[in-house]
Amino acid sequence: MSTQVFYFVATLSIIFSLMVIFAKNPIHSVLYLILTFFTFTVHYVLLNAQFLAVVNFIVYMGAIMVLFLFVLMLLNLNKETEPVKSPLIKIVGVIAGCCLVVTLVGSFKAASINSPLILKNPGLGLVENLGKELFGPFLLPFELSSLLLLAAMVGAVLLSKRDEVEA
Amino acid sequence: MDTGFIIEKFILVAVIFGISLVIAMYSTYAERKVAAYLQDRLGPDRAGPFGILQPLADGIKMFMKEEIIPTTSNKWLFIVGPGLALLCACIGTAVIPWGSPMEIGGKIVPLQVADINVGVLYIFGVVSLGVYGVMIGGWASNNKYSLLSAIRAASQNISYEIAMGLSIIALLLMTNTLSLKTIVEQQHGWHWNVLYQPLGFLIFMVCSFAETNRAPFDLPECETELIGGYHTEYSSMKLGFYLFAEYINMFVSSAVMATLYFGGYNYPGMDYMATLLGPTWAPLFGTAILFAKIFFFIFFFMWVRWTIPRFRYDQLMNLGWKGLIPLAIANIIITGIVIAIIEKF
Repeated sequence: MSTQVFYFVATLSIIFSLMVIFAKNPIHSVLYLILTFFTFTVHYVLLNAQFLAVVNFIVYMGAIMVLFLFVLMLLNLNKETEPVKSPLIKIVGVIAGCCLVVTLVGSFKAASINSPLILKNPGLGLVENLGKELFGPFLLPFELSSLLLLAAMVGAVLLSKRDEVEA
Repeated sequence: MDTGFIIEKFILVAVIFGISLVIAMYSTYAERKVAAYLQDRLGPDRAGPFGILQPLADGIKMFMKEEIIPTTSNKWLFIVGPGLALLCACIGTAVIPWGSPMEIGGKIVPLQVADINVGVLYIFGVVSLGVYGVMIGGWASNNKYSLLSAIRAASQNISYEIAMGLSIIALLLMTNTLSLKTIVEQQHGWHWNVLYQPLGFLIFMVCSFAETNRAPFDLPECETELIGGYHTEYSSMKLGFYLFAEYINMFVSSAVMATLYFGGYNYPGMDYMATLLGPTWAPLFGTAILFAKIFFFIFFFMWVRWTIPRFRYDQLMNLGWKGLIPLAIANIIITGIVIAIIEKF
């Protein structure tokens, strides 16, 4: 049952993520990306990682993608106004894509050698266990990443402030 | 998963869905009656005794009107918008415990569709998703006023979600659980969370006014500035869906407020009533109490709408970012310190 659901949802994830790339209209791309994130949420639920599932739901679907959509609606991108990309950028894109393919193939080969990873504690994804892990063995990285986020926030505020002073 | 379980949940979902739709329908009637009372008018009184059939008449009118899809609009998204708004409004009811477990024919039936252990976060997620219906509809209309309204709705919802989340964090510090069922059970007897978290409740309530786009935060709908709002181009039942979604949102957020802060289905003298009525009828009495609380909050929503004038946009943003968010953070810190002191001694 769970395996069948996984294959169904995984197919949907791949289809939606391809649609993100192939959709002409940027707004449609964002909407397909939202659907892709929704399928990721289902994957997390299947992995019994309920907290990650709901956080993915709130943060990615509910907050970040709303901001994406918000910005795109303001920009009002049309096909006519989209600048034609230079061949140099296209070549760089192809090289970067090939690098990604090599990395992915390499990681898949490495993964097939190892035995599948089995969690010692299947309830690790529940809120209480995850919290104990984060504030226990992983306290330092957790606090450092929160510091990083704070720095990013202050930076964003500073960037928008500077314009005001110059004008 | 046996068939009995599926049938039981299916009946529960159908009943809750039906009740939410009926309540949303009669909320439109109640809104007009409350407005009429507050403004010393009579309100609708033509259809049936006291105008009680008015919502039905409105519904028939909505269905009979000509349905227009603007030629320059994005057809698919134009249709998806109102559907999404209604869907997001309805799915919030899934995790709310409507009553204590009820005994039917020797079988214990929980009056809650799903007791997931991240219930509070689920509600929060559904709330944050609610804005998509408005944004997609407003954008797909291909009308600058609708777009402006959609952008207003999005920025308002994002801003107030933060304060709402922070006010919930202070509550969760006390409850130690994210399951709505456990949160309600903890409030048994007079331990209503509003008594311990009055400031948190106030912030939560103001934010839920903003999240449901109700007055005084109804800036996405503004006839004088935006012709109508995000639904300017909509007609017929698609417009009806948007209006309906607003009332269902109001019902769900009233239910969440009653559950999180006002004890849910708990009431004083509950244990005595349980022995008096037996295990079948006592939970239903509790459900009736919960609905009484919900109706009070719905009335409160309407009361505020016809009492307080609309905010200006800069006032709205100032209140959200400079008023509510610092207050909510202070609330978290104070709650944390008090809990630490209590645990120490």
